Amino acid sequence: MNLSDSKKKLALAGVVCGLVAACLAYFGNPANMAFCIACFIRDTAGALGMHSTATVQYARPEIIGLVLGAFIISAATKEYRSTAGSSPMARFVLGMVLVIGSLVFLGCPLRMVIRMSAGDLNAWVALIGFILGVATGVFALKKGFSLGRAHVTNRMSGGVLPVLMLGILVLALATNLLNASESGPGSMHAPVLLSLAGGLIFGAFAQKSRMCFAGSIRDVILMRNFDLLTSIGGFFAVMLIFNIATGRFVFGFDTPGVIAHSEHLWNILGMYAVGFAAVLAGGCPLRQLILAGQGSSDSAVTVLGMFVGAALAHNFGLAASGTALNAETQEVVAGTVPLNGKVAVIICIIACFIIAFGNKRSEGK
Amino acid sequence: MREVDARGLSCPEPLMLTAEALKSGNDPVRVLVTEPHQKMNVEKFAKDHGRKTSVTEIEDGFAVVIE
Repeated sequence: MNLSDSKKKLALAGVVCGLVAACLAYFGNPANMAFCIACFIRDTAGALGMHSTATVQYARPEIIGLVLGAFIISAATKEYRSTAGSSPMARFVLGMVLVIGSLVFLGCPLRMVIRMSAGDLNAWVALIGFILGVATGVFALKKGFSLGRAHVTNRMSGGVLPVLMLGILVLALATNLLNASESGPGSMHAPVLLSLAGGLIFGAFAQKSRMCFAGSIRDVILMRNFDLLTSIGGFFAVMLIFNIATGRFVFGFDTPGVIAHSEHLWNILGMYAVGFAAVLAGGCPLRQLILAGQGSSDSAVTVLGMFVGAALAHNFGLAASGTALNAETQEVVAGTVPLNGKVAVIICIIACFIIAFGNKRSEGK
Repeated sequence: MREVDARGLSCPEPLMLTAEALKSGNDPVRVLVTEPHQKMNVEKFAKDHGRKTSVTEIEDGFAVVIE
Protein backbone atom coordinates (compact mmCIF):
# COMPACT_ATOMS: atom_id res chain seq x y z
CA MET A 1 0.00 0.00 0.00
CA ASN A 2 1.43 3.33 -1.04
CA LEU A 3 -0.50 6.56 -0.61
CA SER A 4 2.19 8.96 -1.71
CA ASP A 5 2.69 8.07 -5.38
CA SER A 6 -0.23 10.07 -6.79
CA LYS A 7 -1.99 13.32 -5.97
CA LYS A 8 -5.37 11.53 -5.78
CA LYS A 9 -4.15 9.11 -3.11
CA LEU A 10 -2.51 11.94 -1.18
CA ALA A 11 -5.74 13.94 -1.26
CA LEU A 12 -7.61 10.83 -0.11
CA ALA A 13 -5.25 10.45 2.86
CA GLY A 14 -5.86 14.10 3.73
CA VAL A 15 -9.63 13.53 3.54
CA VAL A 16 -9.46 10.47 5.83
CA CYS A 17 -7.34 12.37 8.39
CA GLY A 18 -9.77 15.30 8.11
CA LEU A 19 -12.70 12.98 8.83
CA VAL A 20 -10.89 11.64 11.90
CA ALA A 21 -10.23 15.17 13.21
CA ALA A 22 -13.83 16.26 12.48
CA CYS A 23 -15.19 13.16 14.21
CA LEU A 24 -13.08 13.77 17.33
CA ALA A 25 -14.11 17.45 17.44
CA TYR A 26 -17.76 16.39 17.14
CA PHE A 27 -17.43 13.88 19.98
CA GLY A 28 -15.82 16.20 22.49
CA ASN A 29 -12.32 17.45 21.67
CA PRO A 30 -11.95 21.21 22.35
CA ALA A 31 -13.32 23.67 19.81
CA ASN A 32 -10.93 24.23 16.91
CA MET A 33 -8.32 22.06 18.63
CA ALA A 34 -9.73 18.81 17.23
CA PHE A 35 -6.32 17.26 16.65
CA CYS A 36 -3.38 19.45 17.72
CA ILE A 37 0.00 17.82 18.24
CA ALA A 38 1.51 20.60 20.38
CA CYS A 39 -1.61 21.02 22.54
CA PHE A 40 -1.98 17.27 23.01
CA ILE A 41 1.70 16.75 23.88
CA ARG A 42 1.31 19.64 26.37
CA ASP A 43 -1.77 17.93 27.86
CA THR A 44 0.05 14.58 28.05
CA ALA A 45 3.09 16.26 29.67
CA GLY A 46 0.65 17.69 32.23
CA ALA A 47 -0.88 14.26 32.82
CA LEU A 48 2.61 12.95 33.59
CA GLY A 49 3.18 15.76 36.09
CA MET A 50 5.80 17.55 33.99
CA HIS A 51 3.90 20.82 34.54
CA SER A 52 1.21 21.81 37.00
CA THR A 53 -1.27 23.87 34.98
CA ALA A 54 -4.43 22.11 36.13
CA THR A 55 -6.54 22.98 33.07
CA VAL A 56 -4.29 21.28 30.50
CA GLN A 57 -3.60 17.80 31.86
CA TYR A 58 -4.85 14.71 30.06
CA ALA A 59 -3.02 11.75 28.50
CA ARG A 60 -4.28 12.26 24.96
CA PRO A 61 -4.82 8.85 23.31
CA GLU A 62 -4.44 10.59 19.92
CA ILE A 63 -0.69 11.12 20.51
CA ILE A 64 -0.25 7.52 21.65
CA GLY A 65 -2.31 6.29 18.69
CA LEU A 66 -0.30 8.30 16.16
CA VAL A 67 2.98 6.74 17.25
CA LEU A 68 1.52 3.23 17.56
CA GLY A 69 -0.39 3.55 14.27
CA ALA A 70 2.78 4.54 12.44
CA PHE A 71 4.70 1.74 14.20
CA ILE A 72 2.16 -0.97 13.32
CA ILE A 73 1.65 0.06 9.69
CA SER A 74 5.38 0.51 9.05
CA ALA A 75 6.15 -2.89 10.58
CA ALA A 76 3.33 -4.51 8.58
CA THR A 77 4.48 -2.97 5.29
CA LYS A 78 8.20 -3.47 5.93
CA GLU A 79 8.97 0.23 6.20
CA TYR A 80 10.05 0.04 9.85
CA ARG A 81 13.73 0.89 10.17
CA SER A 82 15.54 1.42 13.43
CA THR A 83 17.89 4.38 12.89
CA ALA A 84 19.72 6.93 15.05
CA GLY A 85 22.70 9.25 15.21
CA SER A 86 21.83 12.40 13.27
CA SER A 87 22.64 15.22 15.75
CA PRO A 88 20.18 14.06 18.42
CA MET A 89 20.73 16.98 20.82
CA ALA A 90 20.24 19.58 18.08
CA ARG A 91 16.97 17.76 17.31
CA PHE A 92 16.04 17.85 21.01
CA VAL A 93 16.37 21.66 20.94
CA LEU A 94 14.38 21.84 17.69
CA GLY A 95 11.65 19.79 19.40
CA MET A 96 11.53 22.37 22.19
CA VAL A 97 11.32 25.18 19.61
CA LEU A 98 8.50 23.40 17.76
CA VAL A 99 6.32 23.32 20.85
CA ILE A 100 7.24 26.68 22.42
CA GLY A 101 6.55 28.48 19.11
CA SER A 102 3.30 26.55 18.76
CA LEU A 103 2.13 27.39 22.29
CA VAL A 104 2.80 31.11 21.72
CA PHE A 105 0.63 30.95 18.59
CA LEU A 106 -1.69 28.42 20.28
CA GLY A 107 -1.47 25.48 17.92
CA CYS A 108 0.88 23.36 15.84
CA PRO A 109 0.78 23.60 12.01
CA LEU A 110 -1.99 20.96 11.98
CA ARG A 111 -4.14 23.07 14.30
CA MET A 112 -3.22 26.19 12.31
CA VAL A 113 -4.90 24.58 9.29
CA ILE A 114 -7.87 23.50 11.44
CA ARG A 115 -8.21 27.07 12.75
CA MET A 116 -7.91 28.44 9.19
CA SER A 117 -10.74 26.13 8.12
CA ALA A 118 -12.90 27.52 10.95
CA GLY A 119 -12.54 31.12 9.72
CA ASP A 120 -10.02 32.18 12.39
CA LEU A 121 -8.14 35.02 10.67
CA ASN A 122 -5.38 34.89 13.32
CA ALA A 123 -4.37 31.52 11.87
CA TRP A 124 -4.19 33.03 8.37
CA VAL A 125 -1.88 35.73 9.76
CA ALA A 126 0.24 33.02 11.42
CA LEU A 127 0.46 31.20 8.07
CA ILE A 128 2.55 34.14 6.78
CA GLY A 129 5.06 33.53 9.58
CA PHE A 130 5.00 29.76 9.00
CA ILE A 131 5.74 30.16 5.26
CA LEU A 132 8.56 32.64 6.01
CA GLY A 133 10.00 30.20 8.58
CA VAL A 134 9.90 27.32 6.09
CA ALA A 135 11.49 29.57 3.45
CA THR A 136 14.32 30.44 5.86
CA GLY A 137 14.86 26.72 6.46
CA VAL A 138 14.95 26.11 2.71
CA PHE A 139 17.54 28.91 2.36
CA ALA A 140 19.68 27.14 4.98
CA LEU A 141 19.29 23.82 3.11
CA LYS A 142 20.45 25.48 -0.10
CA LYS A 143 23.46 26.85 1.79
CA GLY A 144 24.43 23.29 2.73
CA PHE A 145 22.64 22.75 6.07
CA SER A 146 22.52 19.16 7.32
CA LEU A 147 22.23 17.48 10.70
CA GLY A 148 24.32 14.61 9.36
CA ARG A 149 23.60 10.95 8.76
CA ALA A 150 21.50 8.60 10.81
CA HIS A 151 22.71 5.00 10.94
CA VAL A 152 20.87 1.71 11.18
CA THR A 153 20.80 0.49 14.79
CA ASN A 154 19.55 -2.58 16.67
CA ARG A 155 15.89 -3.19 15.86
CA MET A 156 14.85 -2.76 19.51
CA SER A 157 16.08 0.85 19.65
CA GLY A 158 13.44 2.24 17.32
CA GLY A 159 10.71 0.48 19.27
CA VAL A 160 11.44 2.21 22.60
CA LEU A 161 9.21 5.27 22.07
CA PRO A 162 6.22 3.20 20.86
CA VAL A 163 6.61 0.99 23.99
CA LEU A 164 6.80 4.07 26.24
CA MET A 165 3.63 5.39 24.58
CA LEU A 166 1.96 2.04 25.22
CA GLY A 167 3.06 2.40 28.86
CA ILE A 168 1.34 5.80 29.13
CA LEU A 169 -1.83 4.23 27.68
CA VAL A 170 -1.75 1.43 30.27
CA LEU A 171 -1.24 3.96 33.09
CA ALA A 172 -4.13 6.05 31.76
CA LEU A 173 -6.53 3.13 31.45
CA ALA A 174 -5.59 1.00 34.44
CA THR A 175 -4.38 3.38 37.18
CA ASN A 176 -5.13 6.73 38.82
CA LEU A 177 -1.51 7.84 38.68
CA LEU A 178 -1.92 10.36 35.86
CA ASN A 179 -3.33 13.87 36.27
CA ALA A 180 -6.59 14.66 34.50
CA SER A 181 -8.10 18.15 34.25
CA GLU A 182 -11.54 18.71 35.73
CA SER A 183 -12.06 21.97 33.85
CA GLY A 184 -10.54 23.76 30.86
CA PRO A 185 -9.29 22.30 27.57
CA GLY A 186 -7.79 19.23 29.28
CA SER A 187 -11.23 18.17 30.50
CA MET A 188 -12.71 18.31 26.99
CA HIS A 189 -12.13 15.15 25.04
CA ALA A 190 -13.75 12.50 22.90
CA PRO A 191 -14.22 9.02 24.48
CA VAL A 192 -10.86 7.33 25.11
CA LEU A 193 -11.29 4.43 22.69
CA LEU A 194 -12.55 6.72 19.93
CA SER A 195 -9.55 9.02 20.42
CA LEU A 196 -7.20 6.03 20.35
CA ALA A 197 -8.81 4.62 17.21
CA GLY A 198 -8.63 8.10 15.63
CA GLY A 199 -4.96 8.35 16.48
CA LEU A 200 -4.20 4.89 15.07
CA ILE A 201 -6.02 5.62 11.78
CA PHE A 202 -4.51 9.10 11.47
CA GLY A 203 -1.06 7.69 12.24
CA ALA A 204 -1.36 4.92 9.67
CA PHE A 205 -2.56 7.23 6.89
CA ALA A 206 -0.01 9.91 7.77
CA GLN A 207 2.76 7.29 7.63
CA LYS A 208 1.71 5.96 4.24
CA SER A 209 1.16 9.42 2.74
CA ARG A 210 4.20 11.13 4.36
CA MET A 211 1.81 13.90 5.42
CA CYS A 212 3.81 16.88 6.62
CA PHE A 213 2.64 20.45 7.03
CA ALA A 214 6.12 21.96 6.80
CA GLY A 215 7.30 19.52 4.11
CA SER A 216 4.37 20.42 1.86
CA ILE A 217 5.34 24.11 1.77
CA ARG A 218 9.06 23.27 1.70
CA ASP A 219 8.57 21.13 -1.42
CA VAL A 220 6.65 23.92 -3.16
CA ILE A 221 9.40 26.47 -2.44
CA LEU A 222 12.33 24.13 -3.06
CA MET A 223 11.13 21.89 -5.90
CA ARG A 224 7.91 23.50 -7.18
CA ASN A 225 6.36 20.16 -6.13
CA PHE A 226 2.74 20.31 -4.98
CA ASP A 227 2.29 16.60 -4.11
CA LEU A 228 2.41 16.85 -0.31
CA LEU A 229 0.33 20.03 -0.36
CA THR A 230 -2.48 17.96 -1.91
CA SER A 231 -2.95 15.97 1.31
CA ILE A 232 -3.16 19.21 3.31
CA GLY A 233 -5.73 20.47 0.78
CA GLY A 234 -7.86 17.35 1.33
CA PHE A 235 -7.62 17.78 5.09
CA PHE A 236 -8.53 21.49 4.89
CA ALA A 237 -11.53 20.83 2.62
CA VAL A 238 -13.06 18.27 5.01
CA MET A 239 -12.56 20.50 8.06
CA LEU A 240 -14.01 23.51 6.18
CA ILE A 241 -17.17 21.56 5.28
CA PHE A 242 -17.43 20.18 8.83
CA ASN A 243 -17.06 23.62 10.43
CA ILE A 244 -19.63 25.24 8.14
CA ALA A 245 -22.09 22.34 8.46
CA THR A 246 -21.94 22.28 12.27
CA GLY A 247 -22.00 26.05 12.81
CA ARG A 248 -18.39 26.13 14.01
CA PHE A 249 -17.25 28.50 11.24
CA VAL A 250 -16.71 31.97 12.78
CA PHE A 251 -15.02 34.45 10.46
CA GLY A 252 -12.97 37.09 12.29
CA PHE A 253 -10.12 37.95 14.62
CA ASP A 254 -11.62 38.22 18.11
CA THR A 255 -13.42 34.94 18.51
CA PRO A 256 -13.91 34.08 22.19
CA GLY A 257 -14.04 30.42 23.07
CA VAL A 258 -11.79 29.02 20.34
CA ILE A 259 -8.47 29.40 22.22
CA ALA A 260 -6.77 31.96 19.98
CA HIS A 261 -5.38 35.48 20.36
CA SER A 262 -4.88 38.43 18.04
CA GLU A 263 -1.32 39.51 18.83
CA HIS A 264 -0.40 39.42 15.15
CA LEU A 265 3.36 39.93 15.47
CA TRP A 266 3.63 37.03 17.93
CA ASN A 267 1.35 34.80 15.90
CA ILE A 268 3.70 35.42 12.98
CA LEU A 269 6.94 35.02 14.97
CA GLY A 270 5.68 31.95 16.87
CA MET A 271 4.87 30.12 13.66
CA TYR A 272 8.02 31.48 11.99
CA ALA A 273 10.03 29.62 14.66
CA VAL A 274 7.91 26.49 14.10
CA GLY A 275 8.26 26.55 10.29
CA PHE A 276 12.01 27.17 10.53
CA ALA A 277 12.59 24.43 13.15
CA ALA A 278 10.37 21.96 11.30
CA VAL A 279 12.41 22.24 8.09
CA LEU A 280 15.66 21.83 10.04
CA ALA A 281 14.29 18.76 11.86
CA GLY A 282 12.99 17.23 8.61
CA GLY A 283 9.29 17.52 9.44
CA CYS A 284 6.49 19.17 11.40
CA PRO A 285 5.42 17.97 14.89
CA LEU A 286 3.01 15.43 13.34
CA ARG A 287 5.73 14.06 11.06
CA GLN A 288 8.15 13.77 14.00
CA LEU A 289 5.68 11.49 15.83
CA ILE A 290 5.21 9.40 12.69
CA LEU A 291 8.96 9.08 12.00
CA ALA A 292 9.48 8.15 15.67
CA GLY A 293 6.83 5.46 15.23
CA GLN A 294 8.56 4.00 12.19
CA GLY A 295 11.84 3.57 14.03
CA SER A 296 13.73 6.87 14.00
CA SER A 297 15.33 7.43 17.40
CA ASP A 298 16.37 10.89 16.19
CA SER A 299 12.71 11.84 15.78
CA ALA A 300 11.97 10.16 19.12
CA VAL A 301 14.51 12.55 20.69
CA THR A 302 12.71 15.44 18.93
CA VAL A 303 9.46 14.18 20.49
CA LEU A 304 11.13 14.17 23.94
CA GLY A 305 12.23 17.75 23.23
CA MET A 306 8.60 18.60 22.47
CA PHE A 307 7.51 17.16 25.84
CA VAL A 308 10.18 19.17 27.69
CA GLY A 309 9.36 22.31 25.67
CA ALA A 310 5.68 21.91 26.57
CA ALA A 311 6.53 21.55 30.26
CA LEU A 312 8.79 24.63 30.17
CA ALA A 313 6.13 26.62 28.32
CA HIS A 314 3.78 26.19 31.27
CA ASN A 315 6.30 26.13 34.13
CA PHE A 316 7.85 29.42 32.97
CA GLY A 317 4.68 31.10 31.75
CA LEU A 318 5.58 31.17 28.06
CA ALA A 319 2.27 29.98 26.58
CA ALA A 320 -0.24 32.53 25.31
CA SER A 321 -3.78 32.86 26.62
CA GLY A 322 -6.82 32.70 24.38
CA THR A 323 -9.40 35.44 23.89
CA ALA A 324 -12.30 34.69 26.22
CA LEU A 325 -15.69 36.00 27.25
CA ASN A 326 -16.05 37.22 30.85
CA ALA A 327 -19.06 35.24 32.06
CA GLU A 328 -20.21 37.96 34.47
CA THR A 329 -19.75 41.12 32.41
CA GLN A 330 -20.10 39.48 28.96
CA GLU A 331 -17.05 41.50 27.87
CA VAL A 332 -14.49 40.05 25.48
CA VAL A 333 -11.13 39.71 27.24
CA ALA A 334 -8.33 39.71 24.67
CA GLY A 335 -5.86 36.83 24.78
CA THR A 336 -2.21 37.81 25.20
CA VAL A 337 1.32 36.56 24.81
CA PRO A 338 3.23 37.03 28.11
CA LEU A 339 6.62 38.80 28.09
CA ASN A 340 8.34 35.51 28.96
CA GLY A 341 6.75 33.94 25.87
CA LYS A 342 7.97 36.76 23.63
CA VAL A 343 11.52 36.44 24.96
CA ALA A 344 11.35 32.66 24.53
CA VAL A 345 10.28 32.98 20.87
CA ILE A 346 13.22 35.31 20.16
CA ILE A 347 15.59 32.80 21.83
CA CYS A 348 13.99 29.99 19.79
CA ILE A 349 14.54 31.88 16.52
CA ILE A 350 18.17 32.63 17.45
CA ALA A 351 18.66 28.91 18.30
CA CYS A 352 17.26 27.97 14.86
CA PHE A 353 19.71 30.32 13.11
CA ILE A 354 22.65 28.91 15.08
CA ILE A 355 21.63 25.32 14.23
CA ALA A 356 20.84 26.22 10.60
CA PHE A 357 24.12 27.89 9.81
CA GLY A 358 26.36 25.98 12.23
CA ASN A 359 25.71 22.52 10.77
CA LYS A 360 27.05 21.87 7.28
CA ARG A 361 26.68 18.79 5.09
CA SER A 362 30.38 19.03 4.27
CA GLU A 363 31.21 18.33 7.95
CA GLY A 364 29.34 15.02 7.96
CA LYS A 365 30.84 11.63 7.16
CA MET B 1 29.28 5.52 -12.66
CA ARG B 2 28.87 8.52 -10.37
CA GLU B 3 27.51 7.69 -6.93
CA VAL B 4 25.42 9.82 -4.57
CA ASP B 5 25.44 8.43 -1.04
CA ALA B 6 22.36 9.91 0.63
CA ARG B 7 21.95 7.11 3.17
CA GLY B 8 20.80 8.32 6.57
CA LEU B 9 20.15 11.88 5.45
CA SER B 10 16.87 13.61 6.33
CA CYS B 11 14.39 14.79 3.71
CA PRO B 12 14.78 16.65 1.42
CA GLU B 13 18.56 16.17 1.29
CA PRO B 14 18.52 12.94 -0.79
CA LEU B 15 16.40 14.68 -3.43
CA MET B 16 18.56 17.82 -3.40
CA LEU B 17 21.73 15.75 -3.90
CA THR B 18 20.03 13.79 -6.72
CA ALA B 19 18.91 17.01 -8.42
CA GLU B 20 22.45 18.37 -8.15
CA ALA B 21 23.89 15.20 -9.68
CA LEU B 22 21.42 15.11 -12.58
CA LYS B 23 22.05 18.79 -13.29
CA SER B 24 25.77 18.26 -13.71
CA GLY B 25 25.57 15.65 -16.48
CA ASN B 26 23.53 13.08 -18.42
CA ASP B 27 25.67 10.08 -17.49
CA PRO B 28 24.24 7.35 -15.22
CA VAL B 29 24.05 8.09 -11.48
CA ARG B 30 23.70 5.58 -8.63
CA VAL B 31 21.82 7.05 -5.65
CA LEU B 32 21.90 5.27 -2.28
CA VAL B 33 19.07 5.97 0.17
CA THR B 34 17.83 4.43 3.43
CA GLU B 35 14.05 4.95 3.54
CA PRO B 36 11.47 3.48 1.12
CA HIS B 37 9.80 6.87 0.59
CA GLN B 38 13.17 8.41 -0.29
CA LYS B 39 13.67 5.69 -2.91
CA MET B 40 10.25 6.50 -4.36
CA ASN B 41 10.97 10.26 -4.34
CA VAL B 42 14.27 9.78 -6.17
CA GLU B 43 12.64 7.48 -8.75
CA LYS B 44 9.79 9.93 -9.32
CA PHE B 45 12.14 12.89 -9.61
CA ALA B 46 14.28 11.09 -12.19
CA LYS B 47 11.25 9.98 -14.22
CA ASP B 48 9.83 13.52 -14.15
CA HIS B 49 13.12 14.61 -15.71
CA GLY B 50 12.89 12.03 -18.50
CA ARG B 51 15.36 9.53 -17.01
CA LYS B 52 14.94 5.76 -16.57
CA THR B 53 15.47 4.12 -13.19
CA SER B 54 16.09 0.68 -11.73
CA VAL B 55 16.16 -0.22 -8.03
CA THR B 56 18.00 -2.87 -6.08
CA GLU B 57 17.75 -3.50 -2.36
CA ILE B 58 21.04 -3.16 -0.48
CA GLU B 59 21.97 -4.03 3.09
CA ASP B 60 20.88 -0.77 4.68
CA GLY B 61 18.50 0.66 2.10
CA PHE B 62 18.15 0.96 -1.65
CA ALA B 63 20.31 1.72 -4.67
CA VAL B 64 18.51 3.65 -7.41
CA VAL B 65 20.36 3.63 -10.73
CA ILE B 66 19.35 6.55 -12.94
CA GLU B 67 20.22 5.94 -16.60
